[in-house]
Amino acid sequence: MDIPWAVMLIVLPLAAGLMAFVWPRVAQTLVLCCSLAIALAVAGLALQLWHHGVFHHALGGWEAPLGIGLYADGLSLVLLTATALVGMGVSVYASAYFTLDDAHHFWPIWLFLLAALNALFLSADLFNLYVTLELMGLAAVALTALSGGRDALAGAVRYLFATLSGSLAYLLGVALLYHAFGSVDMATLAGRMTPVPAAWAALGLMSAGLLLKTALFPLHFWLPPAHASAPSPVSAVLSALVIKASFYILLRLWIMLFGPFAGDGVAALLGGMGTAAIVWGSVQALRQTRLKLLVAYSTVAQIGYLFLAFPLAAAAWNAAAVLVLSHALAKSAMFLAAGNLLHFGGHDRIADLDRVVQRLPLSAFAFALAGVSLMGLPPSGGFIGKWLLLEAALAQGRWDLAAVMLLGGLLAAAYVFKVLGHAFTQAAVTHEPTAVPARMEWAALLLACSAILLGFTATPLLSLLEIGAPFGGSGP
Amino acid sequence: MSAAFFYALAGAGLFSIGLHALLAHRHLLRKILAINVMGSGVFLVLAAMATRNGIAIPDPVPHAMIITGIVVAVAATALALVLMLKLTAETGQAVLPGRKKEDNP
Amino acid sequence: MNWDAWLPPLVVLSSLLPGLIIFVLPEERVGLRTVLNVTGAVAKLLLVGWMLWGVAQGHHYEARLALLPDIELVLRADPLALLFVTLSAVLWLLTTVYAIGYLEASPHRSRFFGFFSLCVTAAIGVALAGNLLTFLVFYELLTLTTYPLVVHRGTEAARKAGQTYLIYTLAGGTLLLLGTVWLYTLTGTLEFTEGGFLHTMDAAHHRSLIVIFILLIVGLGVKAALVPLHGWLPKAMVAPAPVSALLHAVAVVKAGAFGIVRVVYDVYGVEFAQRLNLLTPLAVAAAVTIIWGSLRALFQDDLKKRLAYSTVSQVSYIALGVALFGPVGTIGGLVHLVHQGIMKITLFFCAGNYAETLGIHKISEMNGAGRRMPLTTLAFSIAALGMMGAPLTAGAVSKAWLVEGATAAHMPWVVWVLWTSSLLNAAYFLPILWRTWFRPMPGAWPDEHIPARRWRETVWLLLLPPLVTAAATLVAGIYADTAISPLAWAQLITDREYFRATP
Repeated sequence: MDIPWAVMLIVLPLAAGLMAFVWPRVAQTLVLCCSLAIALAVAGLALQLWHHGVFHHALGGWEAPLGIGLYADGLSLVLLTATALVGMGVSVYASAYFTLDDAHHFWPIWLFLLAALNALFLSADLFNLYVTLELMGLAAVALTALSGGRDALAGAVRYLFATLSGSLAYLLGVALLYHAFGSVDMATLAGRMTPVPAAWAALGLMSAGLLLKTALFPLHFWLPPAHASAPSPVSAVLSALVIKASFYILLRLWIMLFGPFAGDGVAALLGGMGTAAIVWGSVQALRQTRLKLLVAYSTVAQIGYLFLAFPLAAAAWNAAAVLVLSHALAKSAMFLAAGNLLHFGGHDRIADLDRVVQRLPLSAFAFALAGVSLMGLPPSGGFIGKWLLLEAALAQGRWDLAAVMLLGGLLAAAYVFKVLGHAFTQAAVTHEPTAVPARMEWAALLLACSAILLGFTATPLLSLLEIGAPFGGSGP
Repeated sequence: MSAAFFYALAGAGLFSIGLHALLAHRHLLRKILAINVMGSGVFLVLAAMATRNGIAIPDPVPHAMIITGIVVAVAATALALVLMLKLTAETGQAVLPGRKKEDNP
Repeated sequence: MNWDAWLPPLVVLSSLLPGLIIFVLPEERVGLRTVLNVTGAVAKLLLVGWMLWGVAQGHHYEARLALLPDIELVLRADPLALLFVTLSAVLWLLTTVYAIGYLEASPHRSRFFGFFSLCVTAAIGVALAGNLLTFLVFYELLTLTTYPLVVHRGTEAARKAGQTYLIYTLAGGTLLLLGTVWLYTLTGTLEFTEGGFLHTMDAAHHRSLIVIFILLIVGLGVKAALVPLHGWLPKAMVAPAPVSALLHAVAVVKAGAFGIVRVVYDVYGVEFAQRLNLLTPLAVAAAVTIIWGSLRALFQDDLKKRLAYSTVSQVSYIALGVALFGPVGTIGGLVHLVHQGIMKITLFFCAGNYAETLGIHKISEMNGAGRRMPLTTLAFSIAALGMMGAPLTAGAVSKAWLVEGATAAHMPWVVWVLWTSSLLNAAYFLPILWRTWFRPMPGAWPDEHIPARRWRETVWLLLLPPLVTAAATLVAGIYADTAISPLAWAQLITDREYFRATP
């Protein structure tokens, strides 16, 4: 029996979200069961893809170009895995983090966000991507504003404006593509694509919109305030998954539609912006005095790595996918650990961390492990990604990109150990500690361990990535 | 030049005006209106796309996209208005607060 | 069940598992922690012994794990690996015993011993690494696991020292990574092969290979404390004495030196390295380090700092031996890997004893210490004499072979360097010996923690390890000609490198 795992991935959280909204009392249990179910469904989908190749499903039996199609290949699977794992970790964390009132608001929106993410990674046409992108964006904004403080609200409003502008630019691009080539289905478009002015305009608009949503330097201005002032589980999801979604779309568009004709100029531009992101983000992270802002700027820097893959083209897509997954795991762990430290001391000033290595060992260790992956030190998923990216750069003689990658690693080490160094020392003033629930510490630690374990599972991961040859130009 | 082309041009113009307003104005309500104007611009472009090459019956696909877009815009506007109200309640003004000194830009 | 593939990982796990368990133990469970520590150390020693016996019988121990589609993590027990592994295993047991005594009633012992065990795991991994990638993985793990030991005390000074340590070691690691990836893109393989695997590359790549060599050596040279990459070492003396002992005799510095050995012999091959004219610059760098380290040591009053600079100087003997083209020099360098480890750890154990028992940190405070702590000072003296190359000690054996190797390689200036170094060693060790044995004791010691009880000048846990290693110094020197001495082993390794390498 062929279970439609992909459909379940969308329907389950959607239904659960509605139920959680109507019956708040069962919301928590619902969420925990749902996240487990999502994880199982992703595993099922992986097996299905492994045995049968790519998954293709037309909703309601309506085929392209009019129907909404679901499509899953290796790349979608990697992102769905990230969603499932981070989803589980954050759900467990949030079950202990939120007070009852906040939780009533959190659960339904969280489930809708999961549904939107899953739907996005399974979409096969451009317009569906727009819809899911918007759903995801609105849910993310709502979650950011959840804590209700001035900073959170301001961050959420900025985020909302950025994400809406980005989506509208994207939609305009979709309109132009439809006008020029008569379809929004990606596979069909790939066949019909020619470098007419409309296509160039679409490339510009869609890229601009998606880059804004992915917070690539210099369009990153909205990210630090939003990610730093959101509640910790929300920050984790925003940095780990939400910005990866727009990156995923950009990657698909590039490989399938724009890459063949956009040429080296645009790729070099993206690479240059990536380089600037790495340097700027890391330097800014080093300057921070507050932990969550440091982690947020770290995200800005790490996104830059993903864009270094564009100048390197086919050799580096694998690396980008691995980096997406490892960063999702590591960054979510880091934000959750930072949340624990914040909860524990009542503040997140880095200089006053006051021996948390001793007093909150699990969270400190989680932060350290996540940092190891971000720095690209072995053994971790980050190391594998960095190795693959370096290999691609050196094989093509791109010394500049290799130097940037290595510099980025050292800068990441600087800001990670800035935090860890202070975690060993005693602060000038000790604050009354608040106990941190075990669930929150373990959620952070397990996510961090997964980032490390990813370093040992690279071979099966890379074989899974091959399914459907997402980087060979074929796709939805 | 067909009428459709002018509508499309107008749509692009609306988009640009809206974008400028989004960036230039400080009051949140104006920013929200600017987003709506941008959205309207995009929808106008889509509508213009629906009558291409002088075909007899307009293409319904872009119309479907417009409707979807309008729904999304309504939801987004609602969210934006609520956030604006909450922010006004917190800070007393409907503007985005400037960066604090300690938050490095 | 292929047992041969399980032995290398088991050796690695024998310190990893106790370490992980120790992390979760409450501070007060001293007994259980001690049992875990010692059991792990003894188990590792037994496993290593088994491996030695097995290799002598002709077994081949190798474990592989695919890390990436084309490259694997490889743990392999070849003779060079076994040299380092045995040294590490023996010295770990002794350092564990010492650390238990040293840190009695100190805070955060669970954390300390946990990272201690992880550190040894990384060192063993470095030793058993069968290709450059595995080496890199464990090399970086070594950095990560030693950092918490350096900052263990939690003071501002410790944090700053840790920062310096990281800047050096992570920068070195980055260069090592660059060199490794570049080498991989050029050759498609990273396996350590006796006699090297690069000599088959055609001349177009030689320029790249030279640059890669520089990258690798600089990356490794940071840990091996080659001048001017040695800045972290004296600063890291802020860590507790067992950490200094382990870092300087077994783990970090040796890992760097061991890496240099691997790169020259098992990646490039000594003949190919000579063809590319890479060995002479390496010899010069080593020579500069030897002299500079000894000179700086002369002017240190802090005992541990003097020993630190002495380490900087002495470890470069290994690099020097490697750079002397010819089997004799190689033997000298390899055997010094073992000998220097034994002698230096003795010195650090004794320094720790002086600090813990009498509160002595400076050499100017050491007057008459020999009367108060005769056994410790005896051990110190033997090791110091070994460093100088006095007869009957292990140091004399290494020095003899290095001098002869220099002559055989037609590099007479190296002989001058070695003799100068011996003189400088005497210059900074003999005054200490004179002070401790022949000067009268002061009225009161700076801070006497542990009172003397008849013949027991200090806690026996602190006394036993340095005596054992001092005795080993003498045994390795006197019985160097026997079949089971480190010297014989070094000869075996050299034999395989020069005369059985694939052409």
